[in-house]
Amino acid sequence: MGWIETPVGRVAGVSTKWTPRDKLGQTLVRMGIKRMRYTVATGLYAIGEPDFDSPVLVTANYKLSFDLLRRELAGRNLWLLVLETFGINVWCAAGKGTFGTSELVNRIRKVQLATVVKHRNVILPQLGAPGVAAHEVKKATGFRVRYGPVRAQDLPGYLDNGMKVSEESRRVRFPLRDRLVLTPVELVQAWKPSLVILLLLFVLSGLSRQGFDLHAAVSRSFAPILIYLGALLTGSLITPAFLPWIPGKAFSLKGTQLGLLWALFVSFTVASDWSGANLVALFLLAPAVAAYFAMNFTGCSTFTSLSGVKKEMRIAVPVIILSIVSGGIVLLVGSLS
Amino acid sequence: MEFRYLENVVTLELDGDRCTGCGMCTQVCVQAVLALNDGVAYIVDRDGCMECGACAMNCPVAALMVRPGVGCAWAVFTDWFKKKNVSSQEGSENIRS
Repeated sequence: MGWIETPVGRVAGVSTKWTPRDKLGQTLVRMGIKRMRYTVATGLYAIGEPDFDSPVLVTANYKLSFDLLRRELAGRNLWLLVLETFGINVWCAAGKGTFGTSELVNRIRKVQLATVVKHRNVILPQLGAPGVAAHEVKKATGFRVRYGPVRAQDLPGYLDNGMKVSEESRRVRFPLRDRLVLTPVELVQAWKPSLVILLLLFVLSGLSRQGFDLHAAVSRSFAPILIYLGALLTGSLITPAFLPWIPGKAFSLKGTQLGLLWALFVSFTVASDWSGANLVALFLLAPAVAAYFAMNFTGCSTFTSLSGVKKEMRIAVPVIILSIVSGGIVLLVGSLS
Repeated sequence: MEFRYLENVVTLELDGDRCTGCGMCTQVCVQAVLALNDGVAYIVDRDGCMECGACAMNCPVAALMVRPGVGCAWAVFTDWFKKKNVSSQEGSENIRS
């Protein structure tokens, strides 16, 4: 995209268009592949042909964030200041403090922003506010922090309307699409521990008083593996999808209900010839496993408080552990008897 | 569609006497927890607060207090196992003001 000459040297220009490679990268990170290494270099970039008066937008060095931002800026002339957030998005990095006051102050100084532009304003995404103290930045650099809209897609409107943010674009929404786009990563992260659990269930199913029997393992592991995989999907995919419509507020409670539905479904369909032990284990394990994975979705959600999550976990975690341990014992006793 | 989480748990506190009515807190809050009335901030929707800490961070007169953190079960697990704070760099047990 060429270079822009400034008093402090050349600044790299960036395109506002996505290449097939960008799209592939986005698909991969959404599946959890190379997600923690999907970064752009920190520093100053140019969109179009910015000059002394052009606005400065600040963002994180997660390439997914950077790409979503630059796509909204077609046909404009402005500066992008990319902070070192170690490949983490703005909101999470602000929560951790990496998208923070000191990084912003240091980056403004390092790129000599005061020489590149005449004005003294930097525009931050609103979700950067948990990490940045606007008044401290002003004191340290002279630059006034203006919090723009939450979403990059609302930026064109913001820039065209004299930097006024509408009530609507100050709020975080969490529609179905946003909830679902986060679920593949959850599933991928659950994959490795799940393999261990599936192996354990397989071995457990093959145990008898005579020792381990491979044939028994193959024929009897179907039930517990089905219980587990169904509960995993129920907690980490179905519960997030139906989140606002499931009764209750605690995520684990929402997961429990759907896990119970899953157990009921199994018991009325494939489980007609299951042993009593398997049926009991089904109702002990499915709701608990679904509750666990549903509870883990709190970190993906946009409205849970730490105090709330801690309160939820104080009740849910002991219940989940108790339920899973009892379910495991029932399976084991069923195998050995 | 509005999402609601557990009630009566958040650590948000506002000292109205300190408030100068600059309105920064109302700008940075994504949940519309705070509003201005007669040039003073007040808490409209305490249970809507997710304790992100943006308001306290951006209050120039330290009129807002909240124990900031990320409402993430996995982070709390990590916390329990490591026995140190990961939910925020400042430490989830520190009150940010």
